[in-house]
Amino acid sequence: MSLLSASKVTVLDRGRVILDAVDISLEAGEIVTLVGPNGSGKTTLVRVLVGARRPDHGSVTRTPGLRIGYVPQRVSLDPSMPMTVERFLALPRQHGRQRVAAALAEAGLPDVAQQSLVSLSGGQLQRVLLARALLVDPQVLVLDEATQGLDQTGSAAFYQRIESVRESLQCAVLMVSHELHVVMSASDRVVCLNGHVCCHGAPDVVASRPEYRALFGTGTGGALALYRHDHDHVHDHVHEHVHDHIHEHAEQSGTPESGSSAP
Amino acid sequence: MIDYFMVRAALAGVGVALASAPLGCFVVWRRMAYFGDATAHAALLGVALALALSLPVAVGTVLVALAMGWIVSSLGERGHSMDTALGVAAHSALAVALVVVSFMPGMRVGLDAWLFGDLLAVSGSDLWVIWIGAVLVVGLIAWRWSAWLLVTLSPDLAVASGIDPRRERLLLTLALAIVVAISIRVVGALLITSLLIVPAAAARALASSPEGMAALAMVIGVTSALCGLLVSWYADTPTGPSIVVVAAVSFCLANAVAALRKRDLSSPG
Repeated sequence: MSLLSASKVTVLDRGRVILDAVDISLEAGEIVTLVGPNGSGKTTLVRVLVGARRPDHGSVTRTPGLRIGYVPQRVSLDPSMPMTVERFLALPRQHGRQRVAAALAEAGLPDVAQQSLVSLSGGQLQRVLLARALLVDPQVLVLDEATQGLDQTGSAAFYQRIESVRESLQCAVLMVSHELHVVMSASDRVVCLNGHVCCHGAPDVVASRPEYRALFGTGTGGALALYRHDHDHVHDHVHEHVHDHIHEHAEQSGTPESGSSAP
Repeated sequence: MIDYFMVRAALAGVGVALASAPLGCFVVWRRMAYFGDATAHAALLGVALALALSLPVAVGTVLVALAMGWIVSSLGERGHSMDTALGVAAHSALAVALVVVSFMPGMRVGLDAWLFGDLLAVSGSDLWVIWIGAVLVVGLIAWRWSAWLLVTLSPDLAVASGIDPRRERLLLTLALAIVVAISIRVVGALLITSLLIVPAAAARALASSPEGMAALAMVIGVTSALCGLLVSWYADTPTGPSIVVVAAVSFCLANAVAALRKRDLSSPG
């Protein structure tokens, strides 16, 4: 049984359809990535799943007592509020010094507990938010564009951290990103969203779907190959001539029958 | 006799300062200064209606301030910009209040007291209203403190922690309505926002935690109320504005102290 699922979720905003009968589910331990162009409803879907927004139609089902660790797209920090990292992590409840230190260490940010939140860099703040999400001992970790504002190396490191967190906590991960190359390589499943679910399935399957290519072009197929090479040795040769073989690669690895389109 | 009404004025000033200072921190953090202003303007309509219908003024102001908060947030949810929604609601309320007052012959002169406050005219029953309101507001803030901090930082994180941001915003509006109702008598509708914001802003310069900022704002607010009252007594200046002037001076002092501290920290030796 899935931990978290949405069934026929429709969200309207001032007459405009943001999400149209979206189905999605998350099983224990898997990493699912939500991709889609700007304005495709990714953040809205995430907010519906964590309960921050009520769908106009359809329903969201969570296993009873599900612990969700949520890293939102952004937190509006106003320098008018003096707030240390430690105090922020104690909102709305205290967790004890040791657990806070452990969560910060796991998020890769050991020495900032006494620092002011506004003094942190974008990458540090993202890791503080990750630490915050880890403090609830999550069964599901939800990350909405968590690497926004990080450079290529920074976001790759962040996603590596997510993988190690998943391994140590055995939690499911749902993330939103438009950094397709990095994210897709780390995912078990990809859901391509554009108001409705265009297609979903294993990363290489989705990357080869016409619906996906219509949205993102074929260029990401090459990037996918580039980043997947250590997961999948078959593609090693592609690595050397990425530009020449993008099409070939994408077509070879894709088995459209195994992917499934949303109704 | 003189002593007694000074004590009453001091108690009223302290009560208002104790409630408005910590709430003012949220007004600063959430950038609600204009919202506070709008609520205060609308409260004048409450005063006018209460007097016209012979209801207690506090009831009228709380109700109108609450209605104001509700109208503004629902206009905001319907896609009007917050700024515009506030401007429309606040100034309409103020204008209606002035029109209503023009129909009440005895009231036109008395409007000054509600615009600028009249701390020295505070009666025993006003004092009760002020302190009951202040205790309610401080209790509400203490009860919802962590939730309000989190909702201010991120409504979505609050939801993930099981807090309903809409409910918290409603409670915050309620607290603001109560503060407006109890301070309109003391500093007047025009200066209520300054009583909320100035002590909090002064405290910001020196505080390193939200709790510290609220506590310091209370100290600054109470000190300003008492010193302002003394200034007004000895120099025969209007009381409400005197209180705000003292608060403004403490804002400057706090920032100067903070600047000096920073220089000491950064200069070697």
